[in-house]
Amino acid sequence: MSKDKTLGETLQERGVSRRSFLKFCATTASMMALPPAMIPVIAATLEKLRRPSVIWLSFQECTGCTESLTRSHSATIEDLIFDTISLDYHHTLQAASGSAAEHAREEAMQENYGNYILVVDGSIPGENNGYSTIAGISNKAMLLEVAAGAAAIVAVGSCAAFGGIPKADPNPTGAVSVSDLIKDKPIVNIPGCPPIPAVITGVLVQFLTFGLPELDQLGRPAAFYGNSIHDRCYRRPFYDKGLFADSFDDEGAKKGWCLFKLGCKGPTTYNACATTKWNDGTSFPIEAGHPCLGCSEPDFWDAGSFYKALSTPTEDIGKTAVYAGAAGLIAGAALGASLRARKQSAVKNHERVTIDDLDQES
Amino acid sequence: MTDAEFLLWVRGPAFTTATFIMCAGLVIRFLEIFLLGRKADLAEARGSAFAGGFRTMFKRSIPDAGSFERSGFTLVSGYIFHIGLFIVIFLFVPHILVFEAATGLSWPGLPSNIIDATNVVTMIALLAVLIHRIKDPVMRMLSEFNDYLVWFVTFLPLLTGYLAFHRVGLSAPMLIGLHILSVELLMVLFPFTKLSHAFTLWMARWYNGAIAGYKGVQS
Amino acid sequence: MTANGMPASTIASSAPCAPPTGNLVPLLHEIRHALTRWLEQGEEHVIDLRSIPLAPGEEDSLLEQLGEGEVNARLSITGPSDIIETRYPAVWLITHYNENESIIGRFIEICEVPGILKSQADDIRAGLERLEDQLSNAETRA
Repeated sequence: MSKDKTLGETLQERGVSRRSFLKFCATTASMMALPPAMIPVIAATLEKLRRPSVIWLSFQECTGCTESLTRSHSATIEDLIFDTISLDYHHTLQAASGSAAEHAREEAMQENYGNYILVVDGSIPGENNGYSTIAGISNKAMLLEVAAGAAAIVAVGSCAAFGGIPKADPNPTGAVSVSDLIKDKPIVNIPGCPPIPAVITGVLVQFLTFGLPELDQLGRPAAFYGNSIHDRCYRRPFYDKGLFADSFDDEGAKKGWCLFKLGCKGPTTYNACATTKWNDGTSFPIEAGHPCLGCSEPDFWDAGSFYKALSTPTEDIGKTAVYAGAAGLIAGAALGASLRARKQSAVKNHERVTIDDLDQES
Repeated sequence: MTDAEFLLWVRGPAFTTATFIMCAGLVIRFLEIFLLGRKADLAEARGSAFAGGFRTMFKRSIPDAGSFERSGFTLVSGYIFHIGLFIVIFLFVPHILVFEAATGLSWPGLPSNIIDATNVVTMIALLAVLIHRIKDPVMRMLSEFNDYLVWFVTFLPLLTGYLAFHRVGLSAPMLIGLHILSVELLMVLFPFTKLSHAFTLWMARWYNGAIAGYKGVQS
Repeated sequence: MTANGMPASTIASSAPCAPPTGNLVPLLHEIRHALTRWLEQGEEHVIDLRSIPLAPGEEDSLLEQLGEGEVNARLSITGPSDIIETRYPAVWLITHYNENESIIGRFIEICEVPGILKSQADDIRAGLERLEDQLSNAETRA
């Protein structure tokens, strides 16, 4: 398949009907939460698109993000996505290995310098480069080299976007996110552990169709991360009515009440799970009866227990109160004793109360 | 610091610090008052100090007709915002979970939208008392910086709570974080300002009632 | 409340008694308004059912209320798509499936004929080419 042909021409050559393409555009628009009126615009733009080169780098990761993407629900439709891009390097998916693989990367970089899209999954180790290398090149060196020629960077997964699990306390490798290292390129973060497959492809299509999407404060595309899980949750009415499950097998849990008390991080988690859902739109964690872990938020691994309510303190407050009481007893006793002594001496010396004494603040 | 880190900080070290200052501060203030001691009343008892003290602790919560006529506004607005504060603080389920985490005690809460409505009424009542404080010449003369500070730190958690519940403007972690931080400010200032009346009030009433009870006088 | 204290019962906990979101009636009114607009101005309208939060069961209830009308077409395009005219003429329910017959998109269109049902110019052109090839092949063979 030539890179000079437009996507429309390529699809036609391959006997993909116009109806199939329209269906792809309609489901993609739906996935991207775009109004149906945008469907013709997507169709027109994608049709004229020339396949951009994509280099995919995997650093400190578990391959869960790639698994999520390649097992996304509608194989044929996602094939179309892969047809719209030219995935020139992805060391897990590509057939080539060893120096041939690295050669493919260098070639793709040279040919498309300044124009290719760099996709990254996994975090990058900090101080000690030995924690993770590919073909003898440290993750950091490879990222900096490939990023230099990229038109834009897409950080897939919470590790690439925020450091993720490798960065979790005590962060043994000194892991950092892509945006910690690269400051001079547009970066789109697609966090999640893993991200919803439809969101990965959706962002890629959105990026190819409309360019850099509207990003929030954390560099996430607003189309997918604009609403919190809580705001779009079908169990929200129970939260409003004050009906909560107290344990995983009580009456409330069986009736499908709100999981806030069981530690649901839905109120502070921005993602599309509640609407796009998982596994062919079958369900999402809360629908399956489990609280949201907040996996698409920064530092989700360290955000207190998964099963501790969001409103509660993360440290042991009861113990703090007891220590504080003990400290207060000692300090208070000392203060009280000195005041008492002062009072007694005042009585003994017949000191007079002045207007200033009465006007004291406390 | 990202919004998520901020939320973690207010839920973690900041909350622990605020709890420590509040608890230690309250104990110190109590001891300061108790250890000062009172002169023994050498007169013969004409009634029960205990009964008088106990009765007065509660009886003073019911206004007499005269004070209604004299300062009806203060009474009504005062009642509204105090009851409102009680409902909002103690009957909102996410708050009950905080008390449960600290003490192990739990109790049933109210639906969230009722709490929301109560919060709005409470804020209006607090604004009304502030306006009254500024407009009324006597009140204004009696007011000093501390009075406005205490009003502000009471109002702030209600406002940030409202913003967090309705997710106005900022990200949810930031809004919830700001709400918790505003409560921590309240907790830190609690023992050292007039806010401590929530506890000392009962002692003062008891003392007044006990003196009267001992003398066999109605209070 | 630990993870391993989580019984299997939670898995089946949600579906039957999910609370209604209250979006069903407004949705039916949106359809009613769209029908009026089509009759008055000929304006077509598309509703993406994925964009509206619906509780489990609510979508089924919507489909039940719309019912099935006179037309029921199945397209075979990278996984099937069902185009059904509901009980209300000009209200079409379009369901896109992937090749595993899982739903990947569902729309309600208010129009005479949904665009995707019509033959597409590009496909007509390609089809014409095929027919011409076939005829010329037949001629050469004859």
